[in-house]
Amino acid sequence: MRSIRWLAVVPFLALIVGPFFVNRAAPLILGLPFLLAWIVAWILLTSLIMAVIYAADPANREGEP
Amino acid sequence: MNGALPFIAAAALLALALGFLARRGKDMNLEQWTVGGRGFGAIFVFLLLAGEIYTTFTFLGGSGFAYGKGAPAYYILCYGTLAYVLSYFMLPPIWRYAKENRLYSQSDFFVRKYDSATLGVIVALVDIAALIPYLVLQFKGLGIIVEIAGYGAISSTLAIWIGAVVVAAYVMVSGVHGSAWTSVAKDILILAIVIFLGIYLPFHYYGGGSMFAAIDQAKPGFTVLPPHGESLWWFSSTVLLTALGFYMWPHTFGSIYTAKSATVIRKNAIVLPLYQLILLFVFFVGFAATLQVPGLTGPDIDLALFKLSVKTFDPWFVGAIGATGVLTALVPGSMILITAATLIANNLYRAVDPSADDRQVSRLAKLLVPLVAVVAVFFTLKGGETIVALLLMGYSLVTQLFPSLVLSLAHRNIATREGAAAGIIAGVATVAAVSLTGANFHTLPWLPAQVQDLNIGIVALAVNFIVLIVVSLAMRLAAAPAHAAAE
Repeated sequence: MRSIRWLAVVPFLALIVGPFFVNRAAPLILGLPFLLAWIVAWILLTSLIMAVIYAADPANREGEP
Repeated sequence: MNGALPFIAAAALLALALGFLARRGKDMNLEQWTVGGRGFGAIFVFLLLAGEIYTTFTFLGGSGFAYGKGAPAYYILCYGTLAYVLSYFMLPPIWRYAKENRLYSQSDFFVRKYDSATLGVIVALVDIAALIPYLVLQFKGLGIIVEIAGYGAISSTLAIWIGAVVVAAYVMVSGVHGSAWTSVAKDILILAIVIFLGIYLPFHYYGGGSMFAAIDQAKPGFTVLPPHGESLWWFSSTVLLTALGFYMWPHTFGSIYTAKSATVIRKNAIVLPLYQLILLFVFFVGFAATLQVPGLTGPDIDLALFKLSVKTFDPWFVGAIGATGVLTALVPGSMILITAATLIANNLYRAVDPSADDRQVSRLAKLLVPLVAVVAVFFTLKGGETIVALLLMGYSLVTQLFPSLVLSLAHRNIATREGAAAGIIAGVATVAAVSLTGANFHTLPWLPAQVQDLNIGIVALAVNFIVLIVVSLAMRLAAAPAHAAAE
């Protein structure tokens, strides 16, 4: 299950490379310019990704100090 | 006397009271004072690690940046998020090593990992050079907030002195316990205030959901990254650099040590990105102000939040916002003070006098607190606009610690102590040269436009890394024959 850690690369691609493809104001998503909506969406997804990595990480289960 | 002042005074008294109460039941030795006895649970560690997000710089600067520049402000949302992703993997080994070796400061970490007291001194000097401007920035923000929110009843100079006395007093008494307790009050207040402002102001001035449409109409292109200057290339390189530098700030690094367990740190990596989203509401305030209180330029863009608040609300509510702002200055300020004093006592003084025991170092650190505070007040009152430049320089400085730190976490560290020292010095020298001469890629017109927009900090980091690798390899090659001969 260690390979699931590689999911952590995705937020870097989305927030560092991603803006090159979504630098647009329209369409507004929930009132936000598209670029800002993209960033906000990826912050939410990043939290989800970290939760998946946390759940799959054996280090969090063995009750280590 | 006006309606705002009681709130601002209450914030200072609250910080003082919480700060003093935090000491109860603790024997304030160096370990308790600096790293909270390494016993903080998820909530305190969360608040200390999140402390970086809500300083005066983000409260005033985040809204001001959105007000003055628009979309480039989004970078603040991105770098924190990526730093938290890194933190999941990077911080637990740092925490474990610090606990096993009973480390107090970031400098201690380098001393142990590289078995070099000299490297520890270099790191401590870099840290202090970066921390002082950061503290100056908090004090300066505090002065601005109290002066505007108090409708001029208290001058910024007086406010800065009062703030410095309050924070130095509770730091001397309670150390990092005081920071943790006051950060609880700070974060509750700022959550309530920022979310309220970020929702109320756009609705009040633009009606539901149409603020960005109105801004896009009035200022086309303001809500996307511009083609030149703070362009996509600037954005990506700055996000990357600041994400790497985030945990290199010595006070943030030190807050890792306070954790009770590594699981506490990993759990925080899930929640902190969500918490970071509160900054979105700070941006909303800045964007709302763009069309409502136009005309602020230069360093004055930082006043956007308060100008709009004064225009919109009764004095008592402006006072409540000001009270929150005061706490956003005091809490980070207290952590910076603890860190700077610990570095001087534990890593500079002890390097000169290795026989000093923990009790002496602890006493010295506490005595240094008011001294560091006075030095920072002095720079605050003397300094001009160059402070933002100094902060950016501070960020570039601490980022130079990243390569040798990350390499030292590997099972087999390819960097030697000489390589680490040479890399840090080369990187810091590059930062200093660039900052002092004001050089950037725009002065080299033959470069492609994309490269011109890159954050100049990339160069310092690259120089650092190359020097580190070259010197480390050279030292290993030089040592190898001698080593073989010895065997």
